[in-house]
Amino acid sequence: MSLVIKGGRVIDPVNRVDKVMDLRIEKGRITRIGRGLSADKVLYASGLWVVPGLIDIHVHLREPGFEYKETIETGSHAAAAGGFAAIACMPNTNPVNDTGSVTDFIVTQARKSALVHVFPVGALSRGQKGETLAEIGDMAERGAVALSDDGKPVMNAELMRRGMEYARTFGLPVISHCEDMNLAAEGVMHEGEVSTRLGLPGIPSASEEVMVERDILLSELTGAALHIAHVSCKGSVDRIREAKKRGISVTAEVTPHHLTLTHESLASYDTNLKVNPPLRSEADRQALIEGLLDGTIDAVASDHAPHNIAEKETEFENAVFGMIGLETSLSLMLRLVHEGILTPSQLIERMSSGPAGILRIRDWDLREGAPANVTLIHPGMVFNVDADRFRSRSRNTPFNGWELKGKAVCTVVSGKVVFEDKHWKTSGKG
Amino acid sequence: MAWGKRKDLLGIEDLSREEIETILDTAESFKDVSRRQIKKVPALRGVTVVNLFLEPSTRTRTSFELAGKRLSADVINISASGSSIIKGESLKDTACNIEAMNTDILVFRHSKAGAAHFLSKVLKCSVVNAGDGAHEHPTQALLDLYSIREKTKRIEGLTVAIIGDIAHSRVARSNILALRKMGAHVRVAGPATMIPAGVEKLGVDVTYKIEEAVEGADVVMMLRIQQERQGKNLFPSIREYSRFFGLNRARLKGAKKDILIMHPGPINRGVEIAPDVADGPYSIILDQVTNGVAVRMAILFLYSGAAL
Repeated sequence: MSLVIKGGRVIDPVNRVDKVMDLRIEKGRITRIGRGLSADKVLYASGLWVVPGLIDIHVHLREPGFEYKETIETGSHAAAAGGFAAIACMPNTNPVNDTGSVTDFIVTQARKSALVHVFPVGALSRGQKGETLAEIGDMAERGAVALSDDGKPVMNAELMRRGMEYARTFGLPVISHCEDMNLAAEGVMHEGEVSTRLGLPGIPSASEEVMVERDILLSELTGAALHIAHVSCKGSVDRIREAKKRGISVTAEVTPHHLTLTHESLASYDTNLKVNPPLRSEADRQALIEGLLDGTIDAVASDHAPHNIAEKETEFENAVFGMIGLETSLSLMLRLVHEGILTPSQLIERMSSGPAGILRIRDWDLREGAPANVTLIHPGMVFNVDADRFRSRSRNTPFNGWELKGKAVCTVVSGKVVFEDKHWKTSGKG
Repeated sequence: MAWGKRKDLLGIEDLSREEIETILDTAESFKDVSRRQIKKVPALRGVTVVNLFLEPSTRTRTSFELAGKRLSADVINISASGSSIIKGESLKDTACNIEAMNTDILVFRHSKAGAAHFLSKVLKCSVVNAGDGAHEHPTQALLDLYSIREKTKRIEGLTVAIIGDIAHSRVARSNILALRKMGAHVRVAGPATMIPAGVEKLGVDVTYKIEEAVEGADVVMMLRIQQERQGKNLFPSIREYSRFFGLNRARLKGAKKDILIMHPGPINRGVEIAPDVADGPYSIILDQVTNGVAVRMAILFLYSGAAL
């Protein structure tokens, strides 16, 4: 059966396309781009943006081991509803994804139950313990696309060095959660005037910056591709910009929440705002926007971190870190477009081909012959975030009730419609 | 009397200068009750006050208990070891169960900052913060203001030095906020490891020399050195801390003749304060304790809504 996406504004940053066209999809691939195309089924996209499927390269799916928070299936539904055609999942499951068999389980489970492409990220060290290398070759062979001890930074620089060298052997990038655990100590929020006022232990920006600098040096030493996860402060942006100028193979991502909120919002002690790295100052937020704009930061990633209510409904210091993001990411990012800071094409690049490039996922564009991973976005749809209606199994978002403008209304994965917004029907007969 | 109904007392941060003055004036009218032969008035008869103290305390808990009893409220004390918290019950569940027994005011102490805010959102009854981690201890600041005002008749324009572990002290935070609201100048002093980031933004001057802090000050507030902070690299040893940051008679040489020395207790004699200073003529440490009961009577009275 053929499908045509009709009359949408096709925005493809890879091929520098931005014009109204039709797109025909057959057997999971884009077969024709042009005007006046027809097919068995039509998605009416007039007034919508038609863009390469969005990718979120930093997601926690919690399966295996923490299925009460999220599963590969529910996480993939949340992704589809957020406009994501692909997600990469972090290895901090139970058991940790540190062997080929766990990677295999995730790939198999995704094939059975996921609506979108799921790319596993393997652990760099066994058990994410930072002591010995995990079986990286095995995981690469079973489909791991990158390596990371996300959430448990590798404090031993020598192990990080060997991990980078070994990962390079298999052509995998290393994703670094940059945080000096000794400096961060018992901290639960950004260290500054607000943590002082609230009496909460702080995490200084320096705890991130020293590790960004260390890992840049190790990337220079080893030649490995380094990707810095969830950059949160100005100093990190400056260091990454400088490293890129020197030709070092470093990329970076930023979360929508670090681009939207600052530590000032924590005055409410809302545990849904407790994230790691923490929300920092307005000057940091501005530096992140600047970095995203000038290409220092290559990708937007949500760090979707589902948690059960009981793990958040407690004293701030006892609450777990993290917020969910798949179903609000695009809408929050569109604020920067509506404010005239980013062009639509820039935003789409940072949310599709940018992240695809980091994970070396090929053919992630809208051209004849490419796999049909496409997202339809209604840029002007105004709605209120309603966490109760999320597809995710968890509800830990601080954005519940926010009025946002613009969202994904349809997600196509390998030629198949996996999500359609029920308030904006796009499909019809050809 | 300027008092609109407030549900909770979570911190000095929420109070206006007028509200603070109302609390102090109300406390003044209650102070006399504790001096009488029969130390009791019927103001809060039928009101249930629960002291939920999940962190050790003698002074504050006893002070609240006496305050409630002298107002004829029914007062119950619950501590962590005597509660189901040790059976693994969550804080939310413990508090909801206490409220379900028709508690009017929950006086709450907890080791984590923001814990009182958390309960205030969960509960419909009044929550009075009796200390939450390193965040606030509003009734301590109010009794400190009361004690200063009692001696000097004013707070506006005074210079107050707070000395010790500012970073981990809820007493320091609440006092900085309260004193600034009342128009006093505030200096903080201690080793840089104990001065928190951005504290100047609260409108205080910072010095690392105790002599500088004391010079020309009207009031000096010493903070307790928490022994459990040893080994966290905030200072090398108790001995050295005492040598450089302890208040002794020599350091009071250049001080004003009518300086007031305060300490929220419990004091470590010979560590942050020398015994002869703690017991000396400038010390109002025990007045603070006496006034604490009157101030807490005012708090319970006002937050019960009995004044309306």
